Amino acid sequence: MAAKKLSLKDKYSLLTRDLDWEFSYQDRKEAFPFEAFEGIKITDWSKWEDPFRLTMDAYWKYQAEKEKKLYAIFDAFAQNNGQLNVSDPRYVNAIKLFLTGISPQEYQAHQGFAHIGRQYGGVGARVACQMQSLDELRHVQTQVHAMSHYNKFFDGFQNWSHMQDRVWYLSVPTSFFHDARSAGPFEFLVAIGFSFEYVLTNLLFVPFMSGAAYNGDMATVTFGFSAQSDEARHMTLGLEVIKFLLEQHEDNVPIVQKWIDKWFWRGTRLLSLVGMMMDYMLPNKVMSWQEAWEIYFEEAGGALFKDLARYGITMPKYAELVEKEKEHVSHQTWWTFYTHGHAAGFHTWIPTDEEMDWLSEKYPNTFDKYYRPRWELARKLEAEGKRFYTKALPQLCTTCQIPMLFTEMDDPTQISYRDTVYKGERYHFCSDGCCDIFKDEPEKYVQSWLPVHQIFQGNCGGPGVEQVLGEYYKMNLGADNLDIKGSPDEKRWKQWKGVA
Amino acid sequence: MSKVYIALQDNDVSRYIVEAIEEDNPEVRVIHNPAMIRIEAEGYLVVKRETVEEKLGRDWEVPELHLNLITLGGNVDEDDDQLSLSWNS
Repeated sequence: MAAKKLSLKDKYSLLTRDLDWEFSYQDRKEAFPFEAFEGIKITDWSKWEDPFRLTMDAYWKYQAEKEKKLYAIFDAFAQNNGQLNVSDPRYVNAIKLFLTGISPQEYQAHQGFAHIGRQYGGVGARVACQMQSLDELRHVQTQVHAMSHYNKFFDGFQNWSHMQDRVWYLSVPTSFFHDARSAGPFEFLVAIGFSFEYVLTNLLFVPFMSGAAYNGDMATVTFGFSAQSDEARHMTLGLEVIKFLLEQHEDNVPIVQKWIDKWFWRGTRLLSLVGMMMDYMLPNKVMSWQEAWEIYFEEAGGALFKDLARYGITMPKYAELVEKEKEHVSHQTWWTFYTHGHAAGFHTWIPTDEEMDWLSEKYPNTFDKYYRPRWELARKLEAEGKRFYTKALPQLCTTCQIPMLFTEMDDPTQISYRDTVYKGERYHFCSDGCCDIFKDEPEKYVQSWLPVHQIFQGNCGGPGVEQVLGEYYKMNLGADNLDIKGSPDEKRWKQWKGVA
Repeated sequence: MSKVYIALQDNDVSRYIVEAIEEDNPEVRVIHNPAMIRIEAEGYLVVKRETVEEKLGRDWEVPELHLNLITLGGNVDEDDDQLSLSWNS
């Protein structure tokens, strides 16, 4: 007689919960030393629920199948010279930003989950973190594999690992993860598992990836969707973590709310890069950043916070401000990269007439009024042979490390500046959100490695900007940076396509 | 009531899963985007193993959904027979 197959629930309980043991001679508090210092109170780890009830054997089985599907597509993409089928060589620059800005953070997420997976007293949480840690490692590997094909044909893909903790704009995502990883285990899980994965990563991995497909990049859409299928599990974990913490003790509620406020704000700042990728860097457009924000934050996030209201959780602080920002941030961010295009590891450009008309249609309240005139000026200067690159280094926000590029939302011609004094030193911020985060933990953020400060202190080579970019960042100047017009990327593309 | 949603990669297996979802949840809205299919419902949506098996004409386990899944929104509950998404308010 064949052995009776275990139900999912029984299997989960045997292969997950049953892996724990009682401590006979060691104090549990000493075994899990990080569990208490954040003030989170756990009364009963057995209340932890994993709705997918995934066990390690099933995990390997399904992940192996995902990998087989994914690598078959990478092979087909490479064998079919897929790089020639993308919509436009400008598109590839979004992928350069993905590889340099996002993939290294997958590795940081892997390290972070490996670390905290050791720190929880509950076995269900430990197993879930182990799986997520492996997922994140898979993501960085598959992304590097997918994009290594582009490295054979385009500039700007060669030094992503070296650039990660040096380049001015890459310090934004890098410091975001450093902040999370240097927090306690519960804050890390709320930061990455909940605020980032549940509330925000959909915006990167769903509409942007659908856009990659629309621009002919089958390799990227496939790694994106394959990664996001893991994220669906991570999001579910993130939501369960929040519910678990809130149900364990009422004292956890204000701590969790503070972390949600902080990491929602940190996340929206980080996603301004994605906003610009969607509105300006995808030649074929699926939806605007504003539309994506409305579906994946306002609608999906709104449903989530309504569901959590019964625990006393409210919408994140500054959500009303962010509602206004959705009409501005992508334009302000791309303009900043355009004007700093000599210092970027990818190409920048002025949107075409057709693209500007699309932006007017999608942003009826803001584009023609505030942003079209800038592009028209840029175009006039370019026609006169004076393509504009700023000579100055930008002031950075001490918290998010983004240059001071965002405006007051009620006055989009006025840059938003905030500052505070701590132990006799003045610190600068892009927003009330970032200023509040600093004030809550100043000892943490006074240690920030701010790229512009470091350049001025002489820690990044120099003295000139060219030496910093070429020698310290290891950008290939004249190839990786500057406008797409006249770039080696553009010349090669025209040769391949047989156009003059 | 808030919307729950599930998005699947647009491929030959998903097509049958979508058919099954439509049959078990007549009120859903199916949206086609490049390379993906997004399905939305008010408050509750269920994917039933039995219906998917009938559409596919073969055995199918609920965790196989992960092979074609892109993302989802809502509280998840999964067992051997189905996966459901819901909001409590």
